[in-house]
Amino acid sequence: MDKGSSSHETQRFGSFGSFLRRCIISILSTAPIPNHIAFIMDGNRRYCKRKNLMEGAGHRVGFLALMAMLRYCYELGVKCVTVYAFSIDNFKRRPEEVQSLMELMQEKIEGLIKEESIVNHYGIRVYFIGNLKLLSKPVRLAAEKAMVATASNSRAVLSICIAYTSTDEIVHAVQESCQEKWDEIRELNASGAGYGLIELDGNRREEGEHYIGVTDIEKHMYMAVVPDPDIIIRASGETRLSNFLLWQSAYCLLYSPSVLWPEIGFQHLVWAVLEFQRNYFYLKEKKKA
Amino acid sequence: MLPNAPNRLLTSVFISFTRTSRPLRVSTREPNFTEEYRNGVVNGRVAGAGAPAREDPLPEGLRRESMPRHVAVIMDGNRRWARARGLPAASGYEAGLRSLRGVVELCCRWGIRVLTVFAFSSDNWVRPKPNVGVSLTLLIDGCCFVLVGLSKLEVDFLMSLFARALRNEGIIPMFDLGALQAILLLNGNIAYNHDFHASNRRDIRVSLIGDSTKLPKALQKLIESVEETTKNNSRLHLVVAVSYSGQYDIVQACQSIALKVKDALIGPEDINEFLIEKELQTNCAQLSHPDLLIRTSGELRLSNFFLWQLAYTELFFAESHWPDFGEPDFIEALRSFRQRQRWYGGQDP
Repeated sequence: MDKGSSSHETQRFGSFGSFLRRCIISILSTAPIPNHIAFIMDGNRRYCKRKNLMEGAGHRVGFLALMAMLRYCYELGVKCVTVYAFSIDNFKRRPEEVQSLMELMQEKIEGLIKEESIVNHYGIRVYFIGNLKLLSKPVRLAAEKAMVATASNSRAVLSICIAYTSTDEIVHAVQESCQEKWDEIRELNASGAGYGLIELDGNRREEGEHYIGVTDIEKHMYMAVVPDPDIIIRASGETRLSNFLLWQSAYCLLYSPSVLWPEIGFQHLVWAVLEFQRNYFYLKEKKKA
Repeated sequence: MLPNAPNRLLTSVFISFTRTSRPLRVSTREPNFTEEYRNGVVNGRVAGAGAPAREDPLPEGLRRESMPRHVAVIMDGNRRWARARGLPAASGYEAGLRSLRGVVELCCRWGIRVLTVFAFSSDNWVRPKPNVGVSLTLLIDGCCFVLVGLSKLEVDFLMSLFARALRNEGIIPMFDLGALQAILLLNGNIAYNHDFHASNRRDIRVSLIGDSTKLPKALQKLIESVEETTKNNSRLHLVVAVSYSGQYDIVQACQSIALKVKDALIGPEDINEFLIEKELQTNCAQLSHPDLLIRTSGELRLSNFFLWQLAYTELFFAESHWPDFGEPDFIEALRSFRQRQRWYGGQDP
C-alpha cells in the first residue's frame, strides 16, 4: 500500500513539475528564444567521487541529465543543441576509462535510433561532429548508422561532438580548402583552360592576399551543418572553453554555473535563456551580416 | 594639430606621464588603487624613483608557482564608465589609460611575462552586406571582413599609450602630442633625451597585433618607433591588439599556408596545428597562449578577440568597468586563477 501511494505521490509531483515547466516556458517564449545552445558536459567524474559511486557511474548519470536537458531545450523551442561528448584530449586518460566511455557511447548511440527514443519523439536529426577516424570501428559504425537513420528528421538538430577539438576542426577545414583549390587548378590545367586564369591569378596572388577566404574555411568546418551557437553552457563551474567551438564562439554568451553536469537542471537553462534575452538586441547588432 | 579641447586634455595626460607615477588628479573618481599607490609610494619606495626589484613579494593568497605567465585583458567599459558619471567619453579613455598603467606596473612587479590588451570592441570589424560599396576584389575572394576604422578618441588613446612607451625608454622628454605628431609626419626622427636616467626605464617590450594600416600615418610611425626601440626589453612584453579579429587572424594564417601549398613547399596533408600557430599574429610573443583572460564590465563573451589562442585559457569576467579595475580586482582574478584545476582533458591532477 505504502509503495503504491508513494509512487502515486511521485507521479503527482512529476505532473506538477511538468505543468510548472510549461508555464515558465510560455513566459520565456514571449521574448526571443536562442536558436542554438551548446553544452560542455563537465563534472561526471567529480560527481562520481562525491557520491562514492562505482567508476564510470558518473557518466551514466550524466547521460540521464543530458536526456533531460535535451527534452527541456526542445520543449522550449531551441532548434539546435550541440554537446561536447568526447574530446581528442580525452584519449590521454587511462585506457580503461577511455574504453568504458567508448562502450557507453556505443550503447547510447544505438539506443538513440530506437523507435521510442527522444530523437524520434521530437524529430531530431543527429550529427556526429569530429575526427571520426580516431574512433574505434564499432563506435564509428554506430555513429554513421545513426546519422543515416535520422537523416530525414527535420524538426530539430542534435550535434554530438566526439573525437573533436576546435583546433583539429580548423586544421581539417584548412586542409580541405587547400585540397579543393589545388584539385580545381589541376582540373583546369588538364582541360587546358587553366593557364590563362592562373596567369591572371598569379599577379594578384603575388601580394599574398585572399587565395583562401573565410567562406572557404567555414564551408569545410565540421560544424558547418548548424548555425553558430547563441549560448555555450559549461557545467561544473570551470570557466574555459577547453578547445570547444573556438571559431563559432566569437559572439556567443558564455555561461558556467558551478553545478556538476549530472546535477544540472531546468533552472540553469532558464537562467541562461534569461541572460541571452537580456543581451539579445545588443548581440544581434554585432552579428549583423 | 589636434583641436583645442581634446588637445589640452591629452597634453595634460601626457605631461602627467612624464612626472612620477602618481595618477593624474582630476575631479573624476580615481581608479580603485591602494592608498600607497595613490600617494606615489609603492611597497615602501617612492614610485618612479628607481626600477622596482625584479620580483616583488606577492600579495596574500597568491603563490609564484601558480601565477599565470601570460594574461590577456579585454578593457571594456570606458565609455559606460564615463556615461555613468555624466562625463565625456574622452574622460573614460583617459581613466582607462590610467588603469592600464596600473596593471602594467603590477605585471612588472609580480613577474607576469606577457600582457596582451584588447583596447576596443570588434565593432571595427563588420561583415559587409553585398549591396554595400565594398571593394569587388574583397567580395570575389570571399574575405568577409572590412575594417571600418577607429574613432578619434581611440586614435588619441593609442597615441598616448605609445608615446608613453617611448618616454619610458628615454626617447622623448616632456612635450605634447600635437608636437609629437608634427615631428613624426615631418621627418619621422625623434630626438634622444640624453638627460634621461637609465634607472627610470621600465624594460617593457611593446608590440602591436592587428591591422594598423588604417591608422593615421603619425600613429603608424610612432608604433614602428616604439616596436623598434623596445624590441630587446625583456621584463614584460606588452602586446596591444588594435583592430584585431580572432577569426581574421586564423584566416590570414591559413592564407599564408595556402600560398606555401601553392608553391609546393608543403602538401595539404602536412598542414597541422603547429603550422597554423606559427603563422598567427601572436607569434611575436614567446608565450602566445594566454593562461588567463580577464574581461571587464560583466559581459560574458569573447567578442571575436582571441579565439584559437584561448583553447585552454581560464576566463575571468569582472563586473567593474575597466577604469575601475585596480589592484584588488586584479588580485581577485589571480586568486581565482590559482584555484582553477587545469588538466587539459586528461587525467585529474
